[in-house]
Amino acid sequence: MALTFRERFEIPKKYNTWSIGLMAAGLLSVIILFITHGSKADDHVSARFWASLLQNSVYFLLVVNAAMFFICATTLAWGSWALTFRRVTEAISACVPVIGVITFVILMVLVWGPNHVLYHWADSHAAEHDAALKFKSGFLNRGFFTVWTIITIVGWWLLGRKVRHISREIDNRRLSVEEGKRYIWNNTVWSAIYIVLFALTVMSSIPWLWLMSLDSHWYSTMYSWYTFASSFVAACALITIFVVFLKNLGYLELTNREHLHDLAKFQFAFSIFWTYLWFSQFMLIWYANIPEETIYFIKRIGDGSHSGPYRGVFWLTLIINFLAPFLILMTRSSKRNYGTVTMMSVVILFGHWLDFYQMVMPAGSPDHMPFMLLDLGIGAGFVGLIMFVTAKSLAKHPLLAKNHPFLKESIIHHT
Amino acid sequence: MAEKKFVVASFDDEAVLFPAVKQVRRAGYKIHDVYTPMPVHGLDAALGLRDTSLHTAGFFYGLAGTCTALGFITWALTYDWPLNFGGKPFFALPAWIPITFEMTVLFSAVGMVLTFCYLCQLAPFVKKDHFHPRATDDLFVMAIECTDKTNEGEVSDFLNGLGAKEVNTQIKETGWWIGSYADDKKPFQKQVQAVS
Repeated sequence: MALTFRERFEIPKKYNTWSIGLMAAGLLSVIILFITHGSKADDHVSARFWASLLQNSVYFLLVVNAAMFFICATTLAWGSWALTFRRVTEAISACVPVIGVITFVILMVLVWGPNHVLYHWADSHAAEHDAALKFKSGFLNRGFFTVWTIITIVGWWLLGRKVRHISREIDNRRLSVEEGKRYIWNNTVWSAIYIVLFALTVMSSIPWLWLMSLDSHWYSTMYSWYTFASSFVAACALITIFVVFLKNLGYLELTNREHLHDLAKFQFAFSIFWTYLWFSQFMLIWYANIPEETIYFIKRIGDGSHSGPYRGVFWLTLIINFLAPFLILMTRSSKRNYGTVTMMSVVILFGHWLDFYQMVMPAGSPDHMPFMLLDLGIGAGFVGLIMFVTAKSLAKHPLLAKNHPFLKESIIHHT
Repeated sequence: MAEKKFVVASFDDEAVLFPAVKQVRRAGYKIHDVYTPMPVHGLDAALGLRDTSLHTAGFFYGLAGTCTALGFITWALTYDWPLNFGGKPFFALPAWIPITFEMTVLFSAVGMVLTFCYLCQLAPFVKKDHFHPRATDDLFVMAIECTDKTNEGEVSDFLNGLGAKEVNTQIKETGWWIGSYADDKKPFQKQVQAVS
């Protein structure tokens, strides 16, 4: 074929202006929030500042990390359709070390610092006189938290880097059939190792440690899956946004409506999966009506006698994370429409940010919902950071994994 | 239904079939249908068939299921026979969601299967004419409907020129009829050649 491809992504000037502007806005929000809340002597006031940092950093870290999960899961399933835009997914996952360091610093300040409003269990005096926290202290203690957090973030970073390296190392040589078989096997093994780490972290222990321990007396077996579903559907939305953006600039010639259709299917399916877990967690607790479990929802939506401060956000997330994608992305034609899918991607990305907001914020501000503008500002800062790092990583490597043995399947992909 | 005359061409290669479909449509002949042994990606688009509305029907079946489940449970548990389950309100919506979900799935699934069978005219004892027995095995069979103005010889030559392995003219029933293979001689009137 005499087709020419634009293999190198050149970062547009305006794009960099935007990403740096967003990062500046984020930094400004952090500073303002620090002055208004973070610097106050009252731990309950400054907790609101830390809750906002925790929510944003953890959310965006899990989202960019889920991009690597997307690669590994499709690799394990031998799903080749995502190969035409694989470099975009890889570039998004390259944000893990950057946001990982930020998240790590925030978590360490919360665990080892003096403010224990958010992580109540980290206060050793409180934990000693609390039967429930004492019982959990084998798992919920500062040492284990720190070690496991380091292992997790470093593991995501190194394994992700390994998977990206495997993909890039064949850019300049064509593989024979035998080499191709070995290459696929190698890819499969490393993806499988990543998935095992992912199962041990995002799908189980990490949401327990980082987020569920904010309500340290409460527990839910649905929680980790719920968090995973949130981050994965948001990652699919993020990938879609970048793919559409690059297509608009004239890159990714081989990615077409068929690929968009499948990305939108992922968003549709995992929005429903998220709702399934949302509802399973809610209904079981509602049905059993055990005080130690219902406390979580009473803090958010309230009970019969009073309404909780977060009920608006709580129900809004259900509408924009379930009803909107369910009804709007249901038909085939809307899943194949660039405009509709892009709009829904933005909505989903924001919706799950909002979901994390109601998961984290009640720990920092239990009595009233704080004004959201500065939290959105910090979120915008992280978006700018992701834009910046992703574009840097995209520009460094060819946009097409052109020697991958399965590439042809992706080019002729048909839904 | 009626019996109609068809020019039937058999192809043994997808790579020949697709350009042939394109040429036949360009020449203005009316393709009755193309019968293939397996689903062929993109053939529906090449034939210019519109997307099926089956899923739209499925949505409304699902909606009907949702309404049936919610309506019946609400009627039964709040109006007809209110029961106190563990101090929950009579209108205990979260507890009904799983049943509502199941009914939605059941209605849409069963409804879509029945609609599919109706659209494809599939049912026990319903019989239809076939153009070529090897359409279920290894041949792609294209049937072109003849009108008053169609010159069969011209169509046959045209199809032969497009790479058809076998071209013939058949008179076939386009509709369906009820029968059983034991009694029904009609599809087997002619000796069917064994595939060698």
